[in-house]
Amino acid sequence: MMKKELGLFLLLAVISAITGAINPAFLSFVNLLNMANLIGLFGVFALGEGLVIITGGIDLSLGSMFALLGVVFIDLLTTYQVPWPFALMLVLMGGLALGGIQGFLITRLKMQPFIVTLCGLLIYRGAARYYTSDSTRGFGYGDEASTLSNIASGNIAGIPNTFIFLIILAVVLGVLLHRSVYGRWLYAVGKNEEAARYSGIRTNLVIATAYVISGGLAGVSTVLFVFYTNSVSPSSFGNFYELYAIAAAVLGGCSLRGGEGSILGIVLGTALLQVLQNLVNILGIPNSLNFAVMGTVILIGVLADQQLQARRRRKAALAGLARTAPRSKETTILQNASPRGAAALPTSAGDQA
Amino acid sequence: MAETLLELSGISKTYPGVRALDDVNLRVCRGEVLGLIGENGAGKSTLMRVLAGVIAPSAGVIRIGGNDHARMTVNKATLAGIAFVHQELNLFENLDVAANVFIGREKLAGGPLKLVDNAEMRARVTPLLERLGADFTPNTLVDNLSIAERQMVEIAKALSIDARVIIMDEPTSSLTISETERLLEVIADLKAHGISVIYISHRLGEIMSCADRVVVLRDGRTVGELTRGELSHAAMIRLMIGRDLKALYTPPAHTPQPGGCDIAGVVTTAFPDRQIDLSVRRGEILGLAGLVGAGRTSLARAVFGVDPLLGGEIRIDNTPVGVASPRDAIRQGIYLVPEDRKKSGLVLELPIRENVTLASLLDHARMWLVNGGSERKIAKEQARRLSIKAPSIDIEAVTLSGGNQQKVVLGKWLSMQPRVMFFDEPTRGIDVGAKSEIYALMRSLADRGVAIVMISSDMEEVIGVSDRVAVMHEGSVSGVLERDQFSEYNVLRLAVGQALETLEIAAP
Repeated sequence: MMKKELGLFLLLAVISAITGAINPAFLSFVNLLNMANLIGLFGVFALGEGLVIITGGIDLSLGSMFALLGVVFIDLLTTYQVPWPFALMLVLMGGLALGGIQGFLITRLKMQPFIVTLCGLLIYRGAARYYTSDSTRGFGYGDEASTLSNIASGNIAGIPNTFIFLIILAVVLGVLLHRSVYGRWLYAVGKNEEAARYSGIRTNLVIATAYVISGGLAGVSTVLFVFYTNSVSPSSFGNFYELYAIAAAVLGGCSLRGGEGSILGIVLGTALLQVLQNLVNILGIPNSLNFAVMGTVILIGVLADQQLQARRRRKAALAGLARTAPRSKETTILQNASPRGAAALPTSAGDQA
Repeated sequence: MAETLLELSGISKTYPGVRALDDVNLRVCRGEVLGLIGENGAGKSTLMRVLAGVIAPSAGVIRIGGNDHARMTVNKATLAGIAFVHQELNLFENLDVAANVFIGREKLAGGPLKLVDNAEMRARVTPLLERLGADFTPNTLVDNLSIAERQMVEIAKALSIDARVIIMDEPTSSLTISETERLLEVIADLKAHGISVIYISHRLGEIMSCADRVVVLRDGRTVGELTRGELSHAAMIRLMIGRDLKALYTPPAHTPQPGGCDIAGVVTTAFPDRQIDLSVRRGEILGLAGLVGAGRTSLARAVFGVDPLLGGEIRIDNTPVGVASPRDAIRQGIYLVPEDRKKSGLVLELPIRENVTLASLLDHARMWLVNGGSERKIAKEQARRLSIKAPSIDIEAVTLSGGNQQKVVLGKWLSMQPRVMFFDEPTRGIDVGAKSEIYALMRSLADRGVAIVMISSDMEEVIGVSDRVAVMHEGSVSGVLERDQFSEYNVLRLAVGQALETLEIAAP
């Protein structure tokens, strides 16, 4: 169970060590903190995506949600001068509401998650661009929400707050997923929705909740990203970010068939993706190869994992055979002693006697 | 007698632990309708799958047109002119009739481009449909056809390969009366053209009206053959039954108590025009017999809240209960051990422990956090009580044998407070030892005051385990038998929709 996470951690360590050996700048304090910040930023919504993937679904709308919630958030703070706690609340509620609508469409109206969230991706992006007439929104020279800005993009003893926040969130969600009743239901529903329903679990509610949590975390991520970039350009803000989240979850051991994955795995998956991006820069690999490197590593990672799993299953099956073997020892010995075809004869004769 | 078209001799098929077919002989002549009957599990479908080349027999010879084959393959069967109209129709709903008829044998045009020649295929299918009197065209989408029309497509497909023998497995199970009559006319027409039909059905009336000869299977053996002149309901039923039933019965510890579950005027989605009335007392095991598709599973699903209840009422201890979902049913103490345990009973990839507590996890949690100790305790308790054979309660359910998987499903419900329990084919695919353990368990549950409904197609089980037997026929209860009326003859009569005009009193 922890083997997957351990493997991923070793992969992360080996890649980091090699990169560090080639270019020590990779392991410099500044670079590490920069990576920690990015891991924090990308990890928060990857965790939400992970929950959705465990239900056997997918959420493609995250990046567009960032754009829509982002422009609304900045507008609330600058144009409407809404006090930041309210603006924050509204954005979080917006994320929860969008997640809720998607969850409703998927569970009650039985639409496919891919289609619902793909339409979400298109609609939210369009809405964001229309709302701003495609112009970039940013903070003025005033110090709107400087408190929130300090919380979102500050650091404690040099460690970026985003990273600290991710760790806290991972612990909370780790308890939710691996220790709580809800988490157990989530895995059961992801693996076999019918059996879960036959056991009295409200499977629709369990699945919809995952989308609501994912939407809520998208709201949180919006705020973190807004204060990271300080401006939102509605046509490009958050583009492809949902794919980073899906990649991190899959790399971290989630299966798109549902019912598999862990919080630790998703965090490690996010970290590995950010390390890869960073390594491309640090090692002077042309930046245009960025995605290609990521794609290759994910492909190899998932392939290796599948092969290892198949081998483990074969081993387990063999062990199972060995357990049942003593009962039919005689047959086994006979078959070992003589060629296959001949073995059948003495055995059946023995049965008759 | 007419020329013999094909002959099966000495066909046996063994699966580990089961002898599905045992030295079966069957002969089909040109232009004859051969009725093939037998109880559920008598081996009819297995035999036909041997003939169609889907499975290989363990022993025996298949003789077609003077050539002997040790086994058929699907291709050989097709070449020999054997066609299968399946019980569950095997059509592609997203394709049109012509494409379905020629699936895998598409007519091609365009030379090296290998384009599908739709015009040619339609032209070839049109006369076939005319011959069958079908009122749809070759370019109708199968999705838009009724079950009876789809059957015509299957028959057209058989005709298109110049079939000489068409096997029909329960062809009328979902047809209306007029559609059935239409099918029988088509069969008469096929016969007139020299095509043979092997007609498998539980509906003895249809067999009477169309078969030239009837072969009866029981427990994988041919037990008799009736010619046209010898056909009668009684003769067929007598051949279908007649085993020595082992004494399985354990009487209840005390007489059934008042209260229990009343199913009053219940209408299920499977038979929207039929009502079901049924009562089961606390402390009683009610066997629910009937042919496959008689509506027994639909009833269990409706009472358990999986399917909506279209009408009627369910009362427990004379109090009406609402069952809009399995969750409601479980809260009322109505539990279902489903027919397909791998699909609906268990989450196979989860450990035994988590499967046992799947329905009651909130009872083993504080503030929504799972109390691992309490969970392990209950899972261990159930594993011991049910003697589940597994190295630990933490191994995945998928690694267990069928019998032990079923015990895990039982453990899930026994760890809670059952009031009414439905067992749907509780011992299907389970070895003899585990079977008797499950029977003993059902009896001890009944003795603790649980009302038990056991759906079973295994006659030995129905008669050997139940305190009373209710028999269903086409969506409603056709009769209830008390123990002194138990006999295979009576159960079968009710199952095929015949009234018990003279009750046979069973020999003790």
